[in-house]
Amino acid sequence: MDSTAASAEPPFEYDATVDPAPRLRLSGRLDVHAVEQHWGPLRRRARDLGQQAAGAVLVDLRGVEYCDGAGAALLHALEQDFARADAEVQFEGMSRMVEEQLAPYRELDAVEPARAADGRGWWQGWMDGVDRVGRAAHSQFSFVGELTQAVGSALRHPRQVRWGDTLRVAEAAGFQALPIVSLIAFLLGVILAFQSAIAMRQFGGEIFVANLVAVSLFRELGPLMMAILLAGRSGAAFAAEIGTMKVNEEVNALKTMGLDPVRFLVLPKVLAGLLVAPLLALYANMIGLIGAAVVMQGFGIPWVAFFNQVTSALSLSDLFSGLVKAVVFGLVVATVGCLRGLQTGSGAASVGLSTTSAVVTSIILIVVLDGVFAVLFYHLGV
Amino acid sequence: MTGVAATNPDNAQGEVVIRVRGLTMGFDDLVLMRNLNFEVRRGEIFVILGGSGSGKSTLLQHMIGLYRPQAGHIWVAGADITEAEGAQREAILRRVGVMYQMGALFGSMTLLENARLPLEVHTDLPREAMDAVARARLQLVGLGAFADFMPSEISGGMQKRAAIARAMVLDPEVLFLDEPSAGLDPITSADLDRLIQRLARTLGMTIVIVSHELASIFAIADRVIMLDKESKGIAAEGDPATLRDTSDHPWVQRFLRRTDSDQERSA
Repeated sequence: MDSTAASAEPPFEYDATVDPAPRLRLSGRLDVHAVEQHWGPLRRRARDLGQQAAGAVLVDLRGVEYCDGAGAALLHALEQDFARADAEVQFEGMSRMVEEQLAPYRELDAVEPARAADGRGWWQGWMDGVDRVGRAAHSQFSFVGELTQAVGSALRHPRQVRWGDTLRVAEAAGFQALPIVSLIAFLLGVILAFQSAIAMRQFGGEIFVANLVAVSLFRELGPLMMAILLAGRSGAAFAAEIGTMKVNEEVNALKTMGLDPVRFLVLPKVLAGLLVAPLLALYANMIGLIGAAVVMQGFGIPWVAFFNQVTSALSLSDLFSGLVKAVVFGLVVATVGCLRGLQTGSGAASVGLSTTSAVVTSIILIVVLDGVFAVLFYHLGV
Repeated sequence: MTGVAATNPDNAQGEVVIRVRGLTMGFDDLVLMRNLNFEVRRGEIFVILGGSGSGKSTLLQHMIGLYRPQAGHIWVAGADITEAEGAQREAILRRVGVMYQMGALFGSMTLLENARLPLEVHTDLPREAMDAVARARLQLVGLGAFADFMPSEISGGMQKRAAIARAMVLDPEVLFLDEPSAGLDPITSADLDRLIQRLARTLGMTIVIVSHELASIFAIADRVIMLDKESKGIAAEGDPATLRDTSDHPWVQRFLRRTDSDQERSA
């Protein structure tokens, strides 16, 4: 209704009388505004009237000029209030419109929910949980199996790999990550050097900051920071991309065209992850060293002295143990991102869940694997 | 509500609810339609017809103010939606309901929560009343038993009906439906047609439909306009059966009769 028409019609009013017979008279526009105002008071009045009536109550609707869905909700609630007070309600002068609006409310009283309320016990809930964990484990194992198979087949038939896609992903995950990797690695080097130099200065050993920074960056922090950045940037992107394809049935379209989603979507991303992770880690190490060298200028250690010290402190095993870790981390981030993408359910919210889960799972696995590597390298004497 | 009385489709004198004047629409350099003029009257079922890519859905999106036209004006319920801003725009949109092509139900909410959302945003009704209204609307479209289902758990046709329930939960003056019967089986589609007619005839809603489903248009439309991609304008306007029998516009004839003869063949 536009406002001029609304003001031309009388506002909603009601009055209740007990003598000579219990009677509730409604008039005017029974619309959402009227219901907002009168829902509580009118229903209380109706309950009182119902109790006093002890028999039939007449509800006079002759004056109701307009009734919308909310108005009908109020009428239906009144009907129920009277019924609860054991009063029989009789409507008088109900227009076609009110009848039509009221119909679905009355029908609903007889409608059974299509799904019974969840009345299962804790045992069933617990078993469902076990079932879910089992299914998740199953899908992860079979995914790893399919991926291994795809990698094996790619090794035997390298021409079947979609190298164009692989390079595009590598560019997005690797080259385009250089600015943020630079920033973080540089600051990491600066912070490490600064914090350790303050302590070392007390012993006159500022030069050994180079050893500390180089070894911790190459063996530990370079690959770790790179992997966390990769998980946040690219693992999330993989999950969101594949998840959206899943929601839009693009993954099903691939399957029906005879294209294996693992080979078509996942393999290029995993190969790209394997390719860029060690390169990014190496790059992060270099930038971190530059950051440390800049700080050491302030402590009176010249560039040449710093880098001489770095080369004497680092062994090949430091370099390679870091790179091995980086490769494994890259594999984990890309694989988890793709797996979570393929596990996406339906709807926009599940894409969000997959993306979150991809990043969280990746970071947990990275940290756990980092611990495993520490023990392994210790026992291997690397 | 004076509108209830004015549901007779033949009543050409009915109150104008939507007025489009000199509307030119498109994107950047592309002009889809030029200088459109038409009116929609209260209580009528008005269909915007046209081939794929003719700009039917875009016209609808202009009528609900999602896009600004390149030129011209659109008055909805007395206010110019092409110039309305802020509260004025909200006041217009409060009085219209829209069902989008794919339903656009929120996937993270049950049907009841979807249908209740406009009430939560625009009214101060008590929670109990909101639930009752939302449930009744779902029942009106035949989904009363499915209030607690998620959109992903029901079929495409049910999703469309739930979207209609959500669109009309505030008793809008105008209900816009974008391709309501596309992708539905004939029985579901016929049910939907009956529902649309019921809304217009008994609740006095004005209904604007974008469609190219001829069977459904002949069944329910009071008036159609046909958008012609070639001339970028309205090729014909009027009652669909009359247009089919009397129009001498070659494109209109091809559009309306071809499928008609298909129907005869299959009948």
